[in-house]
Amino acid sequence: MQFETVIGLEVHLQLATQSKIFSGSATTFGAEPNTQASAVDLAMPGMLPVLNERAVRYAVMFGLGIGADIGRRSVFDRKNYFYPDLPKGYQISQFSDPIVGRGTFEIHLEDGSTREIGITRAHLEEDAGKSLHEDFQGASGIDLNRAGTPLLEIVTEPDIRSAEEAVAYLKALHSLVTYLGISDGNMAEGSMRCDINISLRAAGSDTLGTRAEIKNVNSFRFVEKAIQHEIERQSDILEDGGKVVQETRLYDADRNETRPMRSKEVANDYRYFPEPDLLPVVLDEAFIEELRASLPELPREKRARFVSDYGLGDYDAGVLAASRALADYFEAVASEAGDAKIAANWVQVELLGRLNRDERDITDCPVPAAQLAQLIQRILDNSISGKIAKQVFEAMWNGEGDADSIIAAKGLQQVSDSGELEAMVEAVIADNPGQVEQYRAADEGKRKKLVGFFVGQVMKVSKGQANPQMVNQLLAEKLG
Amino acid sequence: MSDTPSSSPCVDREEIEKIAELARIRIAADQSDEVASRITRILGMFDTLQAADTEGVAPMANPLDATQALRPDTVTEGNRRDDFQAIAPAVENGLYLVPKVIE
Repeated sequence: MQFETVIGLEVHLQLATQSKIFSGSATTFGAEPNTQASAVDLAMPGMLPVLNERAVRYAVMFGLGIGADIGRRSVFDRKNYFYPDLPKGYQISQFSDPIVGRGTFEIHLEDGSTREIGITRAHLEEDAGKSLHEDFQGASGIDLNRAGTPLLEIVTEPDIRSAEEAVAYLKALHSLVTYLGISDGNMAEGSMRCDINISLRAAGSDTLGTRAEIKNVNSFRFVEKAIQHEIERQSDILEDGGKVVQETRLYDADRNETRPMRSKEVANDYRYFPEPDLLPVVLDEAFIEELRASLPELPREKRARFVSDYGLGDYDAGVLAASRALADYFEAVASEAGDAKIAANWVQVELLGRLNRDERDITDCPVPAAQLAQLIQRILDNSISGKIAKQVFEAMWNGEGDADSIIAAKGLQQVSDSGELEAMVEAVIADNPGQVEQYRAADEGKRKKLVGFFVGQVMKVSKGQANPQMVNQLLAEKLG
Repeated sequence: MSDTPSSSPCVDREEIEKIAELARIRIAADQSDEVASRITRILGMFDTLQAADTEGVAPMANPLDATQALRPDTVTEGNRRDDFQAIAPAVENGLYLVPKVIE
């Protein structure tokens, strides 16, 4: 039987504020346990929440970034459940009137096609603390530093059809929120965590199948694997005539499987009601318009501009516009080197390749844009060949200096001195009488192939430094 | 939301036990029926409220005719862990200790 996969995602995004959403505690990652937990975060009696303005601004910026309806009047609600890392016994969230309403999100797939993913809503809420279950004989340790960290929960419609689309959506979302500067997007530190709702239905059917929810997956790769595993698990059940149980599951990366959470952990009866300690949040047009005017160029706009201004292909433009830091780097290289296409090629192939190999990020790139631009200029003015440039780039990467000093220190300057080249060409011809004879006997078409041998020999003698155009010209003259 | 008042609400023993579990309140087995009948009487009040015509009335989030004031995003709270942990029943390595929540 053919199944169609139906996926909806809920992303919990940590907003990059200095202080918490309802208290003046710091949100710095990695602090000593409980040193950033105030009386409000600890739910001491009589404490009242006061809403952080920047959290509201960031939520609205996200809404504007996806063209969503902004909740002119949004309301906070209490979501009730008991867990020791939630000392109040409820999480302050938004239920019926979220700050961001419906919007859409365009994703680009590897085959070049695009799809629109509907955003149902995005709402503000507070994060819980952390429970540590190891190392405490018969007890759990609670760290409330994270309690009260502002989160924006972004919920999609069940519009996603595959693991590939889910990952494309998350990458595009990551790109948008880091462009907006509303989150650091650091997945390893939990700044972007994903819940996956997934079900299967007979291909062509309109009704949704029973879904399972996979909680708290925190890397693009794990999202892909968890979905693939879950599709397999559910189709096995359905093919055997069984029924998928609606439940919450956990993805175990070590075993690459999902397994059900204990039922105790899923008392899915949150008894929402309006939070009496907070008043409705009313946003006026001036506030929204001020934020709209402050939005930076967003990924899709930058991508389109890279195509129209630099003549790049849509795919290449998408790669370069994926992160603001990479896009800025590329534009700096392009404008200094004076050739956007070569700059795009070098950034995408050599630079990104090298960054990936070392598992580094563009923000932590050892070669400054100005230095890469200088290297490209040396290719453009024929000081070095593209092949030698790769060697110079490697030296730059290893911190041996800028392009010019490396070319000088290693004597890599391309040989364009006609006397010197002539001597090399003559030596190669003299050393290979057999090939010369073959070449002279050949017709025009074959000669073109055979000349490659001589070019290769001259390059070898010159250690790759001979100017290839001049070598070709000299060979044509000398071979007759 | 329905405007038709529901027929007299009834909370049974099973529902009381479920709510007690969610709220982490212990209700002795011999008290469940008594609590159920009291809550049923309270819910009877809602029958009267349900009779009110709420057509076109937006749900009220707060009785005060005011909107939320916002606080600037600055850190105003320092580290007071020692003060807070002095009154905690059990702490270790800066963590609050609670009965183990998973096996």
